[in-house]
Amino acid sequence: MSDKKMMLACYDVSIRYKVGDFKNIGLKEWVIRRLTGRYKVVDFWANRNISFSINEGDMLGIIGTNGAGKSTILKAVSGIMVPTQGRIVCNGKVSALLELASGFDADLTVKENAYLRGAMLGYTRKFMDKTYPYIIEFSELAAFEDRPFKQLSSGMKSRLAFAIASLVKPEILILDEVLAVGDGAFRAKSEAKMREIIKGGTTTILVSHTVAQIRSMCNKVLWMEKGRQIVFTDDVEGACDCYEEYLKNRSIPPKYDPVAARARIAARVAEKERKAAAARKLVEDAEKMNKVREILRQSKVILSNETVGDLKGVR
Amino acid sequence: MLPKRFMKFFLKIMEYRFLFEELVKRDFKKKYKRTVLGMGWSMLMPLLTLLVMKLVFEQFFGRKMDHYTTYLFCGNLLFSWFSESTNHGMMSLYSNSGIFTKVNLPKYLFLLAGSIQTLINFALTLLVFFLFCWLDNVHFTWKFVFLLYPIFTLMFFNIGIGLILSACFIFFRDIDYLWRVFLMLLMYGSAIFYAIDGFSPKMQLVFACNPVYRHIAYFREIVLGGTVPSLEAHLVLAGVAALAVMIGAFIYCKNNTKFLYYV
Repeated sequence: MSDKKMMLACYDVSIRYKVGDFKNIGLKEWVIRRLTGRYKVVDFWANRNISFSINEGDMLGIIGTNGAGKSTILKAVSGIMVPTQGRIVCNGKVSALLELASGFDADLTVKENAYLRGAMLGYTRKFMDKTYPYIIEFSELAAFEDRPFKQLSSGMKSRLAFAIASLVKPEILILDEVLAVGDGAFRAKSEAKMREIIKGGTTTILVSHTVAQIRSMCNKVLWMEKGRQIVFTDDVEGACDCYEEYLKNRSIPPKYDPVAARARIAARVAEKERKAAAARKLVEDAEKMNKVREILRQSKVILSNETVGDLKGVR
Repeated sequence: MLPKRFMKFFLKIMEYRFLFEELVKRDFKKKYKRTVLGMGWSMLMPLLTLLVMKLVFEQFFGRKMDHYTTYLFCGNLLFSWFSESTNHGMMSLYSNSGIFTKVNLPKYLFLLAGSIQTLINFALTLLVFFLFCWLDNVHFTWKFVFLLYPIFTLMFFNIGIGLILSACFIFFRDIDYLWRVFLMLLMYGSAIFYAIDGFSPKMQLVFACNPVYRHIAYFREIVLGGTVPSLEAHLVLAGVAALAVMIGAFIYCKNNTKFLYYV
């Protein structure tokens, strides 16, 4: 594990927001509030002491309930925000897809938007010229190429966004709730594409509320709750299990307990096996029954034949 | 340290050239896509203002003046560029907040891309201006080349003011009302349709402190006076442009990561 190059690391990162009525108030209102002392701004820690590190080719899943600070830490990683405390080290080009469908321009066509997005992600015109046909093909939007963006459905928008982000080749790819988009067929396709990207060595961070997705795709997981880090581990199954347990029963404090998790997983596996065995037994029983029935039927036929013969003999 | 910063700045511009081009294209498409006359409409505005001013003010101020139409047009030309460019620039950051809160990129690109559009608009109006000069029998000389200088400095002045305003607009949304009021004041204070000779020396000094008026005066001196303005005029124009850009750049540097908390 340590022979791989470290791509991204957060050391004890904390991010503080200002909340309060400082937004949208305008200069006049601001002056009046300042003078009357009614201007209130409250500090709000969106992230506290988050630490993690990922290596080349890793896929990190970030889980947590709404408002856990997942998007905030991603914004810090992609450089949009600066951590109030702590340090972020990043050894590669980050391509972030936060809240996908936004950031597109409703009046431009699909093609123009694709180029604009490509430019935003830091690619060259040459590269976009070369990649654009693939993007259109992958997102299945060939028929809509010259339509203004506002005429597209939200699923189509996300499809395009995903296609652009995944077909270009970033070193670190950040996906925030991306795979939850599109219909079932596209979702399968995008998951397959993601697997391909990971195999290609791209380091990826995936935020998802679909725990099954995290289980099947990630090799590391970061669980956050209310801005705090519950755990960062490569025991994906264990952490996801604890998280699901917490989701089921919100009154217990969120806690990662590897031993309990392992026990639960083992119990689940045992339960599964028990059920499988029972099912197998049922099948076997059914087969036996069928055999018995078959034999019975055949003997009945013989019997009836004999009866027929007997009747003939009597005549 | 400053040259190093400039180098960094230019490298960044080169790095984001593709994005810059796409943003310029987007602005053009959004503005002109679905209009038949396209850019013609945006040239119509200064021409209409010119017409109204000529009709209203010629009787009062134009009697003693030769080439009053050209005199008016000089003022209108530069002032309408300034007001369009700053109004456009003010919204440039806010209207792109959907982008810079999601992707990390240099935020001044939006303003620069927008200013290309107003610059082209201005260039077209300038052509009409020369046409009017010709109709007004203005004597064209080689000194007209010097007109490039105030155009150049006013462009930077516009960008600087645009930077300041766009940052302020993020923090205080009522800046645009205040700015509109200020622009109106500035229009009446820039001697667009009157001459300042009649004012007291003290008042003339006030006019001299108005950068937009200085640009207009420079223009008039070449077009109507046929003389190249003094070295002092050149220095003042360059000075105010540099000052505006520096203040704007400073605000952007200082608040680069704070803008997104306000949108």
